[in-house]
Amino acid sequence: MKTKEASGTRPDPVDTSSAGSGSENKPEKKARTPEQIRRLGTARKWGEISLFSGPALLVFLIFVVLPVGLAAYYSFYNWNGIEKLDQFIGLDNYRRAFGDAAFVHALRNNLFVVFMSLLIQLPVALAVALVLNRRFRGRSFVRMAIFAPYILSEVITAVLWLLIFQPHGPLDAVIDKIGLGGMRQLWLADMNLVMWTVFFVLTWKYIGLAIILFLAGLSGVPKDLQEAATIDGASWWQVQRRINIPLIAPTIRVWMFLSIIGSIQLFDMVWVFTHGGPAGASNTVATYMFQYGFMRSQYGYGSAVAVILFFLSLIAAALYMSFVLRRDNADEKQRR
Amino acid sequence: MANITRVVAGVALASSVLVLGGCSGETKDEGPVNLTWWHNGVNDPTLGYWQDVADDFMAANPNVTITIEAIQNEDLQRTRIPVALQSGDAPDLFQQWGGGELAAQVDSGYLMDLTNVLPDDIARLGGAVAPWSYDGAVYGIPYTFGVEGVWYRPSLFEAAGIDSEPATMDELMDAVEALKAAGIAPIAVGAGDKWPSAHWWYNFALRSCSKEVMQASGTSFDFSDPCFVEAGQQLEDFIAAEPFNEGFAATSAQQGATSSAGLLATGKAAMELMGNWEPAVLLGILGPDTPEAAELSVDLAWFPMPATTGGKGDPTAALGGGDGFSCYVDAPAECADLLSYISSDEVQKKYAEIVGGLPVAPAAASSVTDPNLIELAEVSGNAGYVQLWLDTTYGTNVGGAMNDAIVAIFAGTGTAQDVVDNMTTAAANQ
Repeated sequence: MKTKEASGTRPDPVDTSSAGSGSENKPEKKARTPEQIRRLGTARKWGEISLFSGPALLVFLIFVVLPVGLAAYYSFYNWNGIEKLDQFIGLDNYRRAFGDAAFVHALRNNLFVVFMSLLIQLPVALAVALVLNRRFRGRSFVRMAIFAPYILSEVITAVLWLLIFQPHGPLDAVIDKIGLGGMRQLWLADMNLVMWTVFFVLTWKYIGLAIILFLAGLSGVPKDLQEAATIDGASWWQVQRRINIPLIAPTIRVWMFLSIIGSIQLFDMVWVFTHGGPAGASNTVATYMFQYGFMRSQYGYGSAVAVILFFLSLIAAALYMSFVLRRDNADEKQRR
Repeated sequence: MANITRVVAGVALASSVLVLGGCSGETKDEGPVNLTWWHNGVNDPTLGYWQDVADDFMAANPNVTITIEAIQNEDLQRTRIPVALQSGDAPDLFQQWGGGELAAQVDSGYLMDLTNVLPDDIARLGGAVAPWSYDGAVYGIPYTFGVEGVWYRPSLFEAAGIDSEPATMDELMDAVEALKAAGIAPIAVGAGDKWPSAHWWYNFALRSCSKEVMQASGTSFDFSDPCFVEAGQQLEDFIAAEPFNEGFAATSAQQGATSSAGLLATGKAAMELMGNWEPAVLLGILGPDTPEAAELSVDLAWFPMPATTGGKGDPTAALGGGDGFSCYVDAPAECADLLSYISSDEVQKKYAEIVGGLPVAPAAASSVTDPNLIELAEVSGNAGYVQLWLDTTYGTNVGGAMNDAIVAIFAGTGTAQDVVDNMTTAAANQ
């Protein structure tokens, strides 16, 4: 059968619900009732949807939804990954997680990264973006240099800094050379310091993304607004404070969202950098999960931790969406 | 970022394979047979050595085709093998570390019982197969086994004025002080990788616990004997004397010059407690044809763990471990033939010559040329008994809990009692 729905899309005068999805364009021998036409349109619409999104949906179901469901299922069992899945223990794995000081510590480390990112990376990135948002010689080079660490993979980043932070390594040598030998620390072996070291490396790697995003936002701020303000006597700072920052607020909010979710799921860099050590001091929930799930072969318990991590991300995302991003989303709807 | 997805996808993939995958057939006629073989020898000379073994076996048995996959040790042990066993599509021949892990695999019916399949080989290898046995039956055949001790650089001992190998803990402490006075890090330990630091506790436990208590704990998980807490207290006292390299809590074991092995290899630390693989690891870090490697070859020696005072343990007992292979329960009968070939005197001799490892077959002992390994083999042979690494003995769960608690002692956040408590809790959770 030959169809022309791709080219000729005449909105159905009777039923607007099928508008845009393609309706019958060919002269029909038998007149169809509006009901029949509507049904045909609906069927075709669903045919198209399943044809185009079906394969992706199938992959999504098999590799995302099913594993999540299976993890939830395993989390109710005491299971070492080898023996039969027959020791149902209800919610014991979840109770065990929240009763384990090491898990709570890992959770606290995630929150530490979330809040320190917002507290330190946000103002620094914003300041740098505002300063760089003007014409000067070598601007694109500076932008590229700032963004460069972001291009490195987390594993490479971790290995690189691992070497730098070694006792008597390059960093210690620099500190010694500038006469601050007394400031030398066991950057990775000191349990109270290691999370700050991790946070420093995370900032080094990810602040470039924030700066580039903010710069992109700033380039979208109409020049005439800034000019008008300047003519009216506004200082550079007033222009930033009253015009630039409010106008890139949606960009800032999206960056915050990405940062929060990334901080909650933090794994690769920490795993390669410290293995969560020393003695669990830099564990995140994800490295803790890997340690118990795989290294200790407690797949049931590891699954429970995975489910907790899943809900943490989900709740954080949902709360953020409904309270912080609500305004941005609402604007979008109004514009339509 | 998609880590949860990745982890659970792995699990789900395993279970979908469980549904879809069939089992490899088992036959003993002269038709074509395919064997898959997973081992942990990812680098030469081990990688090439196993390939040669497979090629020779295929030449002698033209109907057999062997497919080898070499997989990094921790990935193989913690992820690939458990998932493959679960899926029902396991390799025919795979790396086996013995102990509690082997017991768990046997309990689930994954391993071929070799007791009546290879009785001659088992008798020829003698006591070495014990860690690969469970409930009186043999489920794996080792190809290397050795005890651990303290590796050291004689030149650094000399520089610090130490004239004999420490035989007691007091002498070891004197050596530590002398090395510190000479500005040399006395002992390197890769506590960042956990197990190297845990081995100090194992050795203290071996000295303070009687053979009966030690061996019973492997199956009963009963750690109520005070000797286990004593071991931790001895370790606490030892750590208090600060014998370890700076920043040891974050030091890795074998990765590059900044690891504990690297510190020993480059002469930045004088000693390291490690198994019989140490010379190969040090050489791997320095590179085979470097001047440092030549220097190392004449400047590396070994002494057994010094004796502690008191304690009910056998003073000649030693900790050790090895590597072996198991056949999957549904593997073709040729798998056992291949295993028999691997453990044969002839192939074991080549293992000593080519890989430089410590073979299990008594007849191959004469092929070992490294004087340190010869000494190590003698200590092993004269030991009251050889206890398998405790983390392997107790399995990944209790063993992991033990190692974590020992690392906490090293980090100053845990106590001797915590180790026993952690192990008991973990045992109750399995």
